[in-house]
Amino acid sequence: MEEKLEGKMSFEEALKELEAIVENLEKGDLTLDESINAFQRGIEISRYCSKKLDEVERKISILIENENGEIQEKEFTDADGL
Amino acid sequence: MENVLTVTSVNKYIKRIMAEDLILSDLLVKGEISNYKYHYSGHMYFTLKDENSTIKCVMFKSQCSLLKFAPENGMKVIIRGYVSVFERDGQYQLYAQEMQPDGLGSLYTAFEQLKERLRQEGLFDSKYKKPIPFLPRAIGVVTSSTGAVIRDIINITGRRFNNVHIKIFPVAVQGEGAAKQIADAIRKLNSLACVDVIIVARGGGSLEELWAFNEEIVARSIFESKIPVISAVGHETDFTIADFTADLRAPTPSAAAEIVVPEKAVLKSTIEVMRKRLKTALVKCLDQKKAEYEKLSKSSVFRQPYNKVYQERMKLDILNKYMQKAVNSNISKMRSEFSQLTGKLDALSPLAVLSRGYGVVRVKETGKIIRTVSGVKAGDLVEMQISDGSFECNVLNVKKG
Repeated sequence: MEEKLEGKMSFEEALKELEAIVENLEKGDLTLDESINAFQRGIEISRYCSKKLDEVERKISILIENENGEIQEKEFTDADGL
Repeated sequence: MENVLTVTSVNKYIKRIMAEDLILSDLLVKGEISNYKYHYSGHMYFTLKDENSTIKCVMFKSQCSLLKFAPENGMKVIIRGYVSVFERDGQYQLYAQEMQPDGLGSLYTAFEQLKERLRQEGLFDSKYKKPIPFLPRAIGVVTSSTGAVIRDIINITGRRFNNVHIKIFPVAVQGEGAAKQIADAIRKLNSLACVDVIIVARGGGSLEELWAFNEEIVARSIFESKIPVISAVGHETDFTIADFTADLRAPTPSAAAEIVVPEKAVLKSTIEVMRKRLKTALVKCLDQKKAEYEKLSKSSVFRQPYNKVYQERMKLDILNKYMQKAVNSNISKMRSEFSQLTGKLDALSPLAVLSRGYGVVRVKETGKIIRTVSGVKAGDLVEMQISDGSFECNVLNVKKG
């Protein structure tokens, strides 16, 4: 199930859905089955959100065009300007 | 014979005289443009006038191309140039080398003109503004690779969200060719499609220094960008054409860095809060259901299921008792009534009367009881009944009274 979330939902969308689930569950008018399903879905989405936050690696790179007009990416170092 | 000159040599002579004049060879003239013609050759022809006078003017292509703004009729300008003669027509005219709007600077005028033109074309329309991604994976930064701007952006994004990928596209941000470099960088980032958002940034500076961001090619490259563009040029009070065209204007480069990435710590705690609320809500929900169940299971229906039956049976018993009582009392009432009636019956019985010595007389023939003398006549055979039997008699005579 978590795999299905992958790529389909942006972090923002996931967070919005999580909020909606929490509010719905807090209202307390769901049946027992619905409550448990909502809880499971909520936990799943919260995990997905956490995962999204740590997905990307910290990287500073600089794009440099070579003589052929091709752009190459290399790590940005102090020598490049800092 | 006096010396006779050709028209050409006269005009040549005048031209030479004028060229030698120090004032005419370099002067500043102010006036209002009229009869403006931008010839297809690239030269501009117009008349400069004030209240009393006019002078013909020409500006050649090489100088025209340096103009930031577009001259137009009615515009008040200051022209630097020289006055010379156009020999063919024998007309003197002002050859403009430089021109700038009188009052406002030429850059300012150019800025206003381009802004108006692009606005009318719809480049600033809010319907074209793309949303800025909430959590970009990679951020393209088009700016100088040296200086405070890129350092600020790297530091601030890093502080807010430690694991974000920043791709710097180094460009000149002022001077000759800067605008083209900026526009090319935006286009290349689009064709590479390697970032989720682009920041176009430059630190503060004069209008001239920020000029590249007021150039049309930069505006067009921003407008055409499929990737959302945040402009962050100069200080909070500086507005550039790039700012109007961008999907979002950040007041400063640092502000752009704040806008482009959310604070990771805040997001983490938001998720944590959500998770806690989920758990609390579920526990509460389960408790509530349990309480409902317990309440139901404690209700008298489940506790004493036969209660109702007993109650009904008791009612039935009582009714039964009432019924019996009622029937009994009816019977005894009827019984006493019966004995009363038999008593009455006894009292009225003719047998009782007969036993006291009375008799009943009937006509033998008809069996009719004789109550009065009129019912009988002499000679009739009558039957006398007394208490223990009967006998027959002949009526001898009948007396009344």
